[in-house]
Amino acid sequence: MITCKDFLRELNEYLDETADVSMKKELELHVSQCPNCFVVVDTTKQTLRVFKGMEPQEIPSTVQTRLMEALQRRMNSRRATGTAPE
Amino acid sequence: MAQATAVFDEAPLLERARAGDAEAFTELVQHYERRIYRLAKHITQNDEDAEDVLQETFLKAFEHLPGFQGNSKFYTWVTRIAVNEALMKLRKRKSDKTVPLDEPVDTGDELMVREIAVWEENAEEKYSRQEMNDILQKAVDGLKPDFRTVFVLRDIEELSTEETAEALGISVPAVKSRLLRARLQLREKLTRQFKRKGENIFDYL
Ligand SMILES: [Zn+2]
Repeated sequence: MITCKDFLRELNEYLDETADVSMKKELELHVSQCPNCFVVVDTTKQTLRVFKGMEPQEIPSTVQTRLMEALQRRMNSRRATGTAPE
Repeated sequence: MAQATAVFDEAPLLERARAGDAEAFTELVQHYERRIYRLAKHITQNDEDAEDVLQETFLKAFEHLPGFQGNSKFYTWVTRIAVNEALMKLRKRKSDKTVPLDEPVDTGDELMVREIAVWEENAEEKYSRQEMNDILQKAVDGLKPDFRTVFVLRDIEELSTEETAEALGISVPAVKSRLLRARLQLREKLTRQFKRKGENIFDYL
């Protein structure tokens, strides 16, 4: 059986399901027999799950307004001078 | 949000924008601005810098749009601009401090696994959304910039490994190695926070 260290090194491949067939078997065997690695897998999965559930930050309206103003200025100056970009 | 992106058909907008249609470009901006702002905040960890990054990113995108080949997705391309801007800000800030951005890639080759404990049942339901966001934000902020950036792109913005490598200008193996360390460090922190109290692995065996 592969060691815990080996398993850990391949953890992403295991979680993202990118390991090739023979490695996948090794990893599954290890995790089914090693309580430590089982817990590490479980808690890493939960870690990723809570991060994926994180809501994107609202942009403060003042920030949003200033962004639109800056864009508008740039677009207007482009139109006024008629310069081709680059 | 990932779903919203999937149904959003940017191709016609992009084409109009590239032909100089300001309205179309504005629509593209409005579609991606929250994600770019979030990304900028995660990397720079500073409101003022994040706003600068947001503006610079879309101004540059507007400037260079005619040269955008469409080989990569618009979002990947814009993300790449944003990451560059954000890293520049970060370097500028860090240069006043003692922590160099380009620390040796790894301090200790060990993959960190110290806290081995199961989480409480429905741990995150014990916290309000705001508290939870704060916990997660703090955990990410505690990562080294190299790790943090890769984690944010891969696991929060859900770019592929290849897209992340492209956006950061680093190799695919470097993305993988940083991502593994980032994930393990975050696992460590969150497990410390959420573990079932009064229990350790030996109860489990
Ligand atoms: Zn093990």
